[in-house]
Amino acid sequence: MQGVDITILLAGIVAGAAPILLATLGETITEKAGIINLSLDGTIILSAMAAFAAAVTTGSLLAGFAAGAAVGASIAAAVALFSLRLGLSQVAVGFVLTLMTKDLAYFLGTSYARMEGPLAGPMPVPVLSKIPFLGPVLFSHSLPVTFSMVMILASWWYLYRTPSGLKIRCVGENPDGAYARGIDPDRVQLFYAVAGGLLVGVAGAAFSLCVKPGWGQPQGCEGSGWIALALVIFGGWHPVKAAVGAYLFSFLQVMSIYLQAWWPDVPAQVFQVAPFPLMIFILVLISVAQRETVMRAARNHPALRAIIQTLSGKAPAALGRQKKGTG
Amino acid sequence: MALETALTLTVVLGFTTLVLLLAGAPPLESYRQIVKGSLGSWGKVTHVIKVWIPLTLAACGLLYTFRIGLWNIGVEGQVMVGAVLTTYVLRTGSDGQHGQYLLAAALLAGMAGGALWAVMAGYLKTRGGVHEIFAGLGLNFVAQGLVLWLIFGPWKQPGIASMSGTETFAEHLWMPYLEGLRISPAALGMTLTSVVLTAYMLRATRFGLYLKAIGSNEKAAFLFGLRPQATMILAMVCAGGFAGLAGSFQVAGVYHRLIPAISSGYGYLALLVVMLSGFSVWVSPLVAFFFACLNVGSIQLPMVLQLDSSLSGVIQGTLVMAALAMHAMRARSRKGGGPDAGG
Repeated sequence: MQGVDITILLAGIVAGAAPILLATLGETITEKAGIINLSLDGTIILSAMAAFAAAVTTGSLLAGFAAGAAVGASIAAAVALFSLRLGLSQVAVGFVLTLMTKDLAYFLGTSYARMEGPLAGPMPVPVLSKIPFLGPVLFSHSLPVTFSMVMILASWWYLYRTPSGLKIRCVGENPDGAYARGIDPDRVQLFYAVAGGLLVGVAGAAFSLCVKPGWGQPQGCEGSGWIALALVIFGGWHPVKAAVGAYLFSFLQVMSIYLQAWWPDVPAQVFQVAPFPLMIFILVLISVAQRETVMRAARNHPALRAIIQTLSGKAPAALGRQKKGTG
Repeated sequence: MALETALTLTVVLGFTTLVLLLAGAPPLESYRQIVKGSLGSWGKVTHVIKVWIPLTLAACGLLYTFRIGLWNIGVEGQVMVGAVLTTYVLRTGSDGQHGQYLLAAALLAGMAGGALWAVMAGYLKTRGGVHEIFAGLGLNFVAQGLVLWLIFGPWKQPGIASMSGTETFAEHLWMPYLEGLRISPAALGMTLTSVVLTAYMLRATRFGLYLKAIGSNEKAAFLFGLRPQATMILAMVCAGGFAGLAGSFQVAGVYHRLIPAISSGYGYLALLVVMLSGFSVWVSPLVAFFFACLNVGSIQLPMVLQLDSSLSGVIQGTLVMAALAMHAMRARSRKGGGPDAGG
């Protein structure tokens, strides 16, 4: 690791992970309530475009982030409503929307391509940023990056330590049971689909206004929505574990830049597509680890058991469930 | 039914017009350009047919996987790998001999390539426990990486590698085409045959029935003695074979070389085609033709109106959404015994 400053490396990982982390947390909340929003990839691209356009037009970063969040929330609301009100498959609607919103972004964004735009600059947290090592790594970032870190703890606390979080998990596991307890599952699902969508929208804005500033075709954030969707599974529908996955992914991305410099013979395309087979591989690993035979074999190996327990996490039982009575 | 169609079209036109106004574009002129650019002349129509061929082939393949309840998003990568293997075979024959045998081998290789890529996604689903959407999508990115690597690495043009693709094949390795039309009658014929074959397979064979049985209720089918996992792999082989053939035609019949955007998103688009057609074998080719018109027609937009050609994708996506919504609403009102029942 000659010539690599570990502080800069870690700070880079934390900053680079921010958008995918926000999207992953948003989708975790949505899926916890039982809705799959498969439109993440298109949503991120469209909200990145909307955020950049709004920020350029108004000159205000806040307007940019608000526009991104609004786009993310509306698309999520569309997915939820098409499922809850019309009984359409969430996967089908999400897939169509992911293609459509991506094209919409490219179509509407043409006039903003390669423009100079505002950029969310570093905004160190007072006092904390003075701590040696931890200060520059964790507390000297731009506001969206700091926000993404706060959101890890906030979403964990909300899901597992508040009555509302209990309601979300209850609806995601057993909507009928929730209904019997006096909760309106449709309202909860719609509300948290939109809440998750807000975060996904902010993720898009964090791309175009902070991590990969600017707009173009391609913007550079293409594919990250799918990564976020896979990270939700990787994290076993737990926000903290999902966050670990997001940082791991960011680490791999940063490493690929160094590796490319070290092994110039390996073509660049290999590094660009490497995350995707890796994603598949990890998903296979998680699935295999949860099989009964593996579980039984692990009973006598504490270390193996610990690994499997960390890897495994069950999807909410009612995830993506289609309303009965309509096709 | 007629009312439903009219409503769908109104919604789509309304939304698209809104989008055009938002982009500061003249809506009527944009629509005129799309129509003129797709059906305005015989030359344009042949261009539409060139897009229709891969779109219809991929749609044929998807009908098998949809029937058994699989989301074969990997179809895009299956088209690409089909194109890669076809290019591989055609690159071996530069001596001018046995052009037609080589072409036949190249098409077979393309189908095999698509099938191989599909089987990988299939096994990841049945053995690896990875949802086919993630498996397929990951493999799509890998296939795109493979295509780029080949074009910029081992198969680069003598001198300098470029985005324009690999070296163009010698003319005897092109699929024969009608003079002046630039369409390969063989490709057109095989595409039409594929539609008929798919209709036959799905409606008149035991295999088609098995697909439907497993797609409707996997557990019941298993208890009945069917083998859902093996049948899923078979469905993936069919889907990949047709998608691979689409990739073969793109290489051997259209571009005569491998280019980075060889699949042009036709795989993803075919998913929309099949959804809009209501998973019907006979309606899919018609929808594919309409989508091909939109794709070809919108190429005019950047040239004449300085708009991005992705408008076609917006129209197509809105159309599918609106159609799905209308369909669901009709199903709902019928269930509820509303006034629309039977309409």
